Amino acid sequence: MGLIAELKRRLFRWQSDGSAPLRLTQRRIFVLPTRAGFLFFVALVAMLTGAINYNLALGHALVFLLAGLGLVGMVHAFRNLHGLIIAPGRSQPVFAGDQALFPLQFSSDRATPRLALQVQAGADQPAVTTAVAAQGLADISVPVTTSRRGWLELPRTRLFTTYPLGLFVAWSYLQPAMRCLVYPRPLASPLPPLQSAPRAGDQLGADGQEDFSGFRTRQPADSPRHVAWKASARDGGQRPLLVKLFAGGAQHELQLDWSLTPDTMTEDTRIEIIAGWVMAAEEEGACYGLRLPGREIPPSSGDAHRHRCLEALALYPG
Amino acid sequence: MSIRPADALERGATPWLFAAALATTLPHFEHQPSWLSALTAVLFAWGAWLWWRDERLPGRWPLALLVAIACGGVLFEFRTLFGRDAGVAMLVVFMAMKLLELRSRRDATVVVMLGYFLLLTHYFYSQSIPTGLWLLAAMTLVTATLVRLHGGAASTPLATLRYAGLLMLQAVPFMIVLFLLFPRVSGPLWGLPQDAHSGRTGLSDQMAPGNIANLALSGEIAFRARFAEPPPARDKLYWRGPVLEMFDGKTWRQQVSRPRPPQIEALSPPIAYETTLEPHQQRWLLALDAPGSLPMDLALENTLTATARLPINQRQRFSLTAILDYRFNPDEEQSVLKRNLVLPPAVNPRARALAESWRGEESSPERLVQKALTLFSGSGFSYTLQPPLLGENPVDDFLFVTQRGFCEHYSSAFVALMRAAGVPARVVTGYQGGETNPVDGFVVVRQSDAHAWAEVWLAGRGWVRVDPTAAVSPTRVESGIAAAMPAGEPLPALIQVRSNWLRTLQFRWEAINNAWNQYVLGYNPQRQREFLSRLGLSDPDWRNMAAVLGIVCGLMLLAVTGWALYRRPHLDPAARLWQNALRRLARRQVNCAPWETPLALVRRLEDERPDLVPAVMEVAAAYLQARYGDQPDQLTTLRAAVARLP
Repeated sequence: MGLIAELKRRLFRWQSDGSAPLRLTQRRIFVLPTRAGFLFFVALVAMLTGAINYNLALGHALVFLLAGLGLVGMVHAFRNLHGLIIAPGRSQPVFAGDQALFPLQFSSDRATPRLALQVQAGADQPAVTTAVAAQGLADISVPVTTSRRGWLELPRTRLFTTYPLGLFVAWSYLQPAMRCLVYPRPLASPLPPLQSAPRAGDQLGADGQEDFSGFRTRQPADSPRHVAWKASARDGGQRPLLVKLFAGGAQHELQLDWSLTPDTMTEDTRIEIIAGWVMAAEEEGACYGLRLPGREIPPSSGDAHRHRCLEALALYPG
Repeated sequence: MSIRPADALERGATPWLFAAALATTLPHFEHQPSWLSALTAVLFAWGAWLWWRDERLPGRWPLALLVAIACGGVLFEFRTLFGRDAGVAMLVVFMAMKLLELRSRRDATVVVMLGYFLLLTHYFYSQSIPTGLWLLAAMTLVTATLVRLHGGAASTPLATLRYAGLLMLQAVPFMIVLFLLFPRVSGPLWGLPQDAHSGRTGLSDQMAPGNIANLALSGEIAFRARFAEPPPARDKLYWRGPVLEMFDGKTWRQQVSRPRPPQIEALSPPIAYETTLEPHQQRWLLALDAPGSLPMDLALENTLTATARLPINQRQRFSLTAILDYRFNPDEEQSVLKRNLVLPPAVNPRARALAESWRGEESSPERLVQKALTLFSGSGFSYTLQPPLLGENPVDDFLFVTQRGFCEHYSSAFVALMRAAGVPARVVTGYQGGETNPVDGFVVVRQSDAHAWAEVWLAGRGWVRVDPTAAVSPTRVESGIAAAMPAGEPLPALIQVRSNWLRTLQFRWEAINNAWNQYVLGYNPQRQREFLSRLGLSDPDWRNMAAVLGIVCGLMLLAVTGWALYRRPHLDPAARLWQNALRRLARRQVNCAPWETPLALVRRLEDERPDLVPAVMEVAAAYLQARYGDQPDQLTTLRAAVARLP
């Protein structure tokens, strides 16, 4: 067992390729006949038998030309991969159960295009196809289905091609150091009640309504929900986007607390419930904070905040 | 049946498959039964229409019904589903059917494989140079289809075809090496079906008036011979076929005789030659009279006809010798002499009476022969390809009424006269003459050279050849049939070509064909052995051959791989133009260091060579725009700017 593993490691260089761009060399490209290749071989044997039996000189020539074509096709399948440059990109976080996409950029410095390059991250994953133009670039996203929260490493990925003749498949294993953050799957459940955290000197508005106090320019962390679209649209949209400021009112803050989830449930389910709260709170434009055992994120809102919360949940208790 | 989207056949690939199917089946339409061609054409049209309208392909049951109909038709037509013609017909039908179920990429692969297989079947019918070229083109198309199938729509049809051409071109060296070195087995491996060889022309084993005249209308080549030394004179070239001894008054037939070896006394040294026979489905060879030593697998009949063990159903080469001056069976068996005196009773009475009257006048057989020849060379007799029809007593009618005939009339009448006069005589058929092709030196003998002459047995001299046609028309023997026939006779166009350049062209073409036949189609185990021993591989057995083959193929594969690994250094066209500009500047003593950017160069020139600055600035700006700008194709501006440099 250990021997086979060692052999595989040696043969297929079962180790990380790091995060730098890599160029495929002959040492890591493998070629084997496909099913069509075997069919072709059987057809050639049948044709050769016919040519011998009927003593067809040109039949011999045809069979030999086809045999040569098969051999040349093998080299060309190999050549389709050889020298290809693969640069790993950055993947966007996804929710567990969705497809994680690992972007790779292929580039070729050859004067002929490379067609029908297929990438597959594991046998149970779908294959995606791309082509690189002559001296061109191609971006491809390798899909991997996710099931658990946390960091997902790109599994060992098979880059293969049967172009041009489909009789041989040339392949190479890629293992660039890439990982994708998988958020927990949000479980929809009613939000916990609002907790007002009045600060000293603040007055609580009648119905929890807050008073509009003015504008400030938008910062990337602000939710699009708070943008004052009408105000921003004045003067022909020349101004930067503005955000409404609400004064006075106690920030109505949601504390998404671990302790609010029923402790009869498993850890993962509780994480998923909290993730559902985060999504719902962000949806409502509320200001929310996260409190996990050993980790606390102060209340805020916006995409960056949501990401921080979901990341903390994804990696909990890490 | 559902197809995974990744395996589904993309719509744009279908026309390629149709083209490939058409290219591989179309030539078969020429010899297939017409109903089959019609069925195939309808299936093609149906498939194309379905594709055009983007409609559903027919289900399993209609297709099964179609297969049943087609199989029934083939069975009815050929009485079998196997064998050569029926098998080809089935392949063609399957190809057409497959076009009606092009759903997945695997279906398409089957079409391509079937296409490759169909290419082979064309060689059953013809292996000529044009067929070879056509099939090369068809194979490129099929390969391009395969490339298109796997490459998707990303490349243009022209690029796909060109790529397929490149693949084929790289495959050609492998083909040549395999063709030369792959250990050849002489077929057939098993009994060939009945229809393996059919429809060839040539001499038959009997002769009735009109037989040979019909053959003479064909310009087809019967065989070719190459002599070690300059070929003998044309009137010595009598190529012996079957000897006919039985006569029923009208038709001459072969007599089955005991195989007693003939005795030949050579009066001249043997001359060696090699003959390449076109297939004629008979066992006899056409050896030059008289055959000397024969290869092991040939036999010489008592009548001096050389025969092979099996009918000659493909082009074959034999090394033979001939003795032009010979004495043949001077002490012939009495039974043979006796049967060569037999004439059917009550037929041709007038000829018989004439011969008997001669017998009273002359005693020596030589004089009798002379008498008959004098009769023919005298007034009245003429040599023609269009003799009048003869009645119940053909020899009488010919001798006394029509007096117009072809070689079979003269030889038949002559032999009948001789037998009636008591001289043993028989008819010999074969070919006479032949034409030397000045391009390759081969003597070409055509069907139009078919001939019949006579042989009489004279005491002390044995069987002596007498050609009565030569008495009527000496030109026939000396210069060939085209010269002997009066103008207006319906000779094949090829052999009566008289204009010079056409003749040269014909010689060239036939020499090319002959080389093709000799060296490509005739490359058999024996030739392979000769070739290998010339390479220095004495006594090659299949193991050394496989080793050599493996080594050479491996080397070639290495060469192709080397080509694949080689990365041409590529320079951006804009950068190349910039290098051009720098070379021009260097002539004006302006040198740009490798680390100097274009703008840095301009800045430096502002101090050193202000006169050059505007022109260089223009080039630098155009170069930066072309190399790094977002506008595509700024090269023309750059090129113009470079041209304006002083």
